[in-house]
Amino acid sequence: MRISLMATCLVDAMFPDVGRATVGLLRRLGHRVEVPAEQTCCGQMHLNTGYGPRALGVVRHHVTAFAGAEVVVAPSASCVASVRHGHAALARAAGEPGLAAEAEALGARTHELSELLVDVLGVTEVGAWYPHRVTWHPTCHSLRLLQVGDRPRRLLEAVEDLELVELPGAEQCCGFGGTFALKNPAVSSAMLDDKVRHVLDSGAAVCSAGDSSCLMQIGGGLTRRSSPVRTVHLAEILASSR
Amino acid sequence: MNAADGGATRIPVSTPGVGHLRAERPFPTSAREAVADRALRANLTAATTRIRAKRDAAVAEVPDWAELRAAGAAIKDDVLAHLDTYLVRLEEQVTARGGTVHWAADAAEADRIVVELVTATGASEVVKVKSMTTMEIGLNEALAAAGIEAVETDLAELIVQLGDDWPSHFLVPAIHRNRREIRDIFLSAMPGVDPGLSEDPAALAEAARAYLRARFLSARVAVSGANFAVAETGTLAVVESEGNGRMCLTLPETLITVMGIEKLVPRWADLEVLMQLLPRSSTAERMNPYTSFWSGSTEGQAFHLVLVDNGRTATLADPDGRAALRCIRCSACLNVCPVYERVGGHAYGSVYPGPIGAVLSPQLTGVAANPTLPFASTLCGACYEVCPVAIDIPTMLVHLRERVVASGAEPAAERAGMAALAWVMSRRRRFDVALAGLRTGRLLGRRHGRVRRLPPPLSAWTATRDLPRPPERSFLDWWDEEGRR
Ligand code: SF4
Repeated sequence: MRISLMATCLVDAMFPDVGRATVGLLRRLGHRVEVPAEQTCCGQMHLNTGYGPRALGVVRHHVTAFAGAEVVVAPSASCVASVRHGHAALARAAGEPGLAAEAEALGARTHELSELLVDVLGVTEVGAWYPHRVTWHPTCHSLRLLQVGDRPRRLLEAVEDLELVELPGAEQCCGFGGTFALKNPAVSSAMLDDKVRHVLDSGAAVCSAGDSSCLMQIGGGLTRRSSPVRTVHLAEILASSR
Repeated sequence: MNAADGGATRIPVSTPGVGHLRAERPFPTSAREAVADRALRANLTAATTRIRAKRDAAVAEVPDWAELRAAGAAIKDDVLAHLDTYLVRLEEQVTARGGTVHWAADAAEADRIVVELVTATGASEVVKVKSMTTMEIGLNEALAAAGIEAVETDLAELIVQLGDDWPSHFLVPAIHRNRREIRDIFLSAMPGVDPGLSEDPAALAEAARAYLRARFLSARVAVSGANFAVAETGTLAVVESEGNGRMCLTLPETLITVMGIEKLVPRWADLEVLMQLLPRSSTAERMNPYTSFWSGSTEGQAFHLVLVDNGRTATLADPDGRAALRCIRCSACLNVCPVYERVGGHAYGSVYPGPIGAVLSPQLTGVAANPTLPFASTLCGACYEVCPVAIDIPTMLVHLRERVVASGAEPAAERAGMAALAWVMSRRRRFDVALAGLRTGRLLGRRHGRVRRLPPPLSAWTATRDLPRPPERSFLDWWDEEGRR
């Protein structure tokens, strides 16, 4: 299958290894990966912070950048949610029904990584090997906006030599929330405190999730406490092999 | 407002809501202080964790919960779509059964009406139950100013009142207090209390019972809120756990019920749905211990219903905001909210805290009076997931954020930054230039491999968290140089 990768601005700028892992994984599964060269950002930060109307140009750019894509994958649930649920609504509200229709169609063929693997490609066993003790943080937008359910867990359970351990209070938000982390730093940090404590209590060596933004928050809390527990994106685990 | 005038078929929109609905200080400031209060956080985490688990179990027992939830939302949407008709029907029915209906455009008018009604009876004391709406309108202060003492009879509300405090939860207004604090409040503020009172919950309840029993027997006037009002029969409903409400509603000669205009349901049959949704969502019970219904007045007793707008018609006029009026105040969204769990109710400044408060308070007052509440959320969506009437709180918060931004209330630097970012992200070439700039940030992390300190506004991040060191090249650069093949 020809799959277009929407890297997301955060992965592109700060976590290129997550993008590389996604490319490697999909190629290993026999697919052709394309990376549309004009892509930038889905505008989620604007949309969620109340600057949606000002991000119309970003949305238009995204729709144009991916116009030729058949199937799009992004290693981020919140960015997929923004594309799938936010873009068309914004275009409609701005009185651009043509753009809204295109955005809606693009949203329908844009998938978060675990959705693409399980639903579109029909695989849970991706041939990965990862000999570590891992705990899984189900990010809020994957859980509640995309409703990915147990897809990521099924993928992880099929990884050879991976020991999956429970994360206490797993479904509680990590406290990132985009600009929330800066606008309400005290509350964001209090939520992070609890998440980090739970990660440490899990006994895992690796905390994984499907969103680099949440992992940046959790990882930032872990290294600040000089914890050896690492944060690793789902794509990186699934891409690793013997 | 007088929706009943001339058989009005349209609801006129009144002025914004006033009363205890606005945060005097920005939410981040109050929240920072609340987060630092370790005892408060421990009380809240213990209480919300317990009730969350119980609520999940109570809901899991109902096989058709999703259908019930959709039905609940549909009933309330029907109420909102035809509020004019239903309110007039309610007034007719209450009047036909011997009650008197009063219309209050805002908090001040509602207070004036209740004070006049109490004054006319000659009473100098009232007993109260279900006091959320009367808290919203600041009724106790208005009564006190007229020389009338109000006694809260719900145990938790009594604790709040005696502690000279504000409620911090719909259902457990004293959720921020633990047993020892409650005992101390009783010892210092409850007349005639046993000085040897222990912090055993049964002893605390007994002390409250003894105190309240005397007040019930002497009070001639009661003031209540209501959970529901049935338009077709003019019936009011109060749902409670302690039975004190039952005493309030039956013993005094005069009953004055103060109710927001959105608390209506059209038909008795609608209660079948809502009475399944409410107890399981709020106290995690299959059915609450006491549910009182009354229609009009009984022989020898007087009944007044005060219908309060206070920003509700303004909320109704907003297509993106009106779903907030579906709320049945079950408090499920408070109990699951990760922000509420860390800061408690007081940080929200309004009598309506938590996720629904962050929506409802600015809807009632207008965003200018509450510009920080819409940002008091990570948009995690836990509130929407549990809401028994399916209020999409995250989407409404975003809608309110847009209004705050449009009003120009956000800092100029933020607006400029967001405009610049939107410009950058509209062309790849611009983003590439920005990425080159980001790479100079590699200088910062060279010692630890991560960035530990940044200047404001990013210091808000680095005060408690590291940032990764920016990579040598972006993902798209890697793709261009090696990845593509
Ligand atoms: S918004 Fe929904 S969950 Fe929250 S109190 Fe109201 S009815 Fe309950």
